[in-house]
Amino acid sequence: MSARDILDSIEPYFTKGGKFERYYGLYEMVDTFIYTPSEVTRGKTHVRDGNDLKRTMTFVVIATFFCILMAMYNSGYQANLAMEALGLDETGSWRDSIMSFFGHNPANPISCLVYGALFFLPIYIVTLAVGGIWEVLFATVRGHEINEGFLVSSMLYTLIMPPDIPLWQVALGISFGIVIGKEVFGGTGKNFLNPALTGRAFLFFAYPASISGDSVWVGVDGFTAATPLGLAASGGLDAVYAADYGWFQTFFGFMPGSIGETSTLAIFIGAAFLLYTRVASYRIMGGVLAGMVLMSLTFNLIGSDSNPMFALPWYWHLTLGGFAFGMVYMATDPVSAAMTDTGRWIFGMLIGVMVVLIRVVNPAFPEGMMLSILFANMFAPIIDYFVVQANIRRRIKRHA
Amino acid sequence: MADYLSLFIKAVFIENLALAFFLGMCTFLAVSKKISTAIGLGVAVMVVQAITVPANNFIYHKLLKEDALVWMGIEGVDLSFLALLSCIGVIAALVQILEMVLDKFFPALYHALGVFLPLITVNCAILGGSLFMIERDYTFNESVVYGLGSGFGWALAITVMAGVREKLKYSNIPKGLEGLGITFITAGLMSLGFMAFSGIQL
Repeated sequence: MSARDILDSIEPYFTKGGKFERYYGLYEMVDTFIYTPSEVTRGKTHVRDGNDLKRTMTFVVIATFFCILMAMYNSGYQANLAMEALGLDETGSWRDSIMSFFGHNPANPISCLVYGALFFLPIYIVTLAVGGIWEVLFATVRGHEINEGFLVSSMLYTLIMPPDIPLWQVALGISFGIVIGKEVFGGTGKNFLNPALTGRAFLFFAYPASISGDSVWVGVDGFTAATPLGLAASGGLDAVYAADYGWFQTFFGFMPGSIGETSTLAIFIGAAFLLYTRVASYRIMGGVLAGMVLMSLTFNLIGSDSNPMFALPWYWHLTLGGFAFGMVYMATDPVSAAMTDTGRWIFGMLIGVMVVLIRVVNPAFPEGMMLSILFANMFAPIIDYFVVQANIRRRIKRHA
Repeated sequence: MADYLSLFIKAVFIENLALAFFLGMCTFLAVSKKISTAIGLGVAVMVVQAITVPANNFIYHKLLKEDALVWMGIEGVDLSFLALLSCIGVIAALVQILEMVLDKFFPALYHALGVFLPLITVNCAILGGSLFMIERDYTFNESVVYGLGSGFGWALAITVMAGVREKLKYSNIPKGLEGLGITFITAGLMSLGFMAFSGIQL
């Protein structure tokens, strides 16, 4: 008996009038996770492609593959480096029992990968478990389906956490993101802010000590390592060079930071995949990049004696902090971004301009990607409105 | 000039009346269902704010402040305890006058603003703007810039809010949260986004 037969045989229990009608969402989730849904569109349609939510979302998760790999490797590598610098053999945490087999050696890729996985996986598992409970709860009570959108949110949310974050905060953040950011609006496709970023922003303002500053970016207690972006904010490029970071090192991602955001290279591989499959909008990515380049060139021109961030060139803005990750995975979220083609350019530009603005002139936050994307998410509907209005006016003129 | 520009930016974004101080909430929540009406109300608030804040500034500095009556030859009189009262009166009177002037000379604009003009009299963002002006001791020029900026910031906030709410029409909101409930949550989430500006020193 195949899984299909089992699913088919229990289906009557879950459809309307069945015993477990309330739990149809759960049944549907298992069914469509394993099998492609059999429903097809009937009648005359303008469909160009058989794309659906399932494929879109799954592709995004696939696109994060190299980010995850780098997330594990780099978190482990940074932690191993820190332990070597401190001369420690064990950290006194539960990770020791597993790491005693591999040893802490930054030159040993296996050791780095496994140690990094011990940071990545707990966060991911907590995210999946807690977020999953909320999803199932809402789907069951409200009678909508559980879809792959949650897999994307939870993966992206995990990748933007610092390695050292307490797991209860991870749970709190994803709860806020899923419930307030998404489910109160009715679930996937109905929200207006990016759920993963909403959750992170909640943590950022509620528990700033464990998601910002200098001591959270490497998974070793008591080890302080500023992110290169933090260094740049305080001392400009000189401080980044003084800490022995080259541009290519930051491009490949060997620096402290949120787990998955460090490697611009891995993110760009994902971006190429997303663009090739046309899951993500090239207009949004192009807009973000253009806005960032324009704004940083402007600041370069203005210059400042007291603020070293004015002089940071655009290719450093690109590799430092969460810019690349936000541009590729967060800004392109089809739900919370602008929907019109022109609107997407404007939406992207707004993010690019805002992120440089926050990084350079706001001394309170060294990084601005999260807040600028949330900010632009708010403006997306109104951007669309004006684009549509302009279009209407133009057509009236043409046909008058 | 740069001072005025930074005051303007501060009034629009960093100290946004609606999303940083949560002033003018009743109209902000009630009249943000449609983008076109929200823009109309936003423009009305901006106009009224740009007139009342400087007007109040003038009255405060020429009549109410300590030793403000020196130009009349009266010394040692401090009427600043009347500031709140006079602000309310000035706003109400100015809105009435504005309404009549618009009705007479700009009927199109008058009809576009419609019921919002009298409504603005009780908008706490307007009174808040005047009181902030007194508290922070703005000069007359600064008060013009601040009036324009804070009015524009409020207009921006309500327009964005209306955009989001038009989008939320397609959402599937739980019964108990429909209407004002989800609007409050939306306003909260929006001010989370506006926190991007908090901390900027100008």
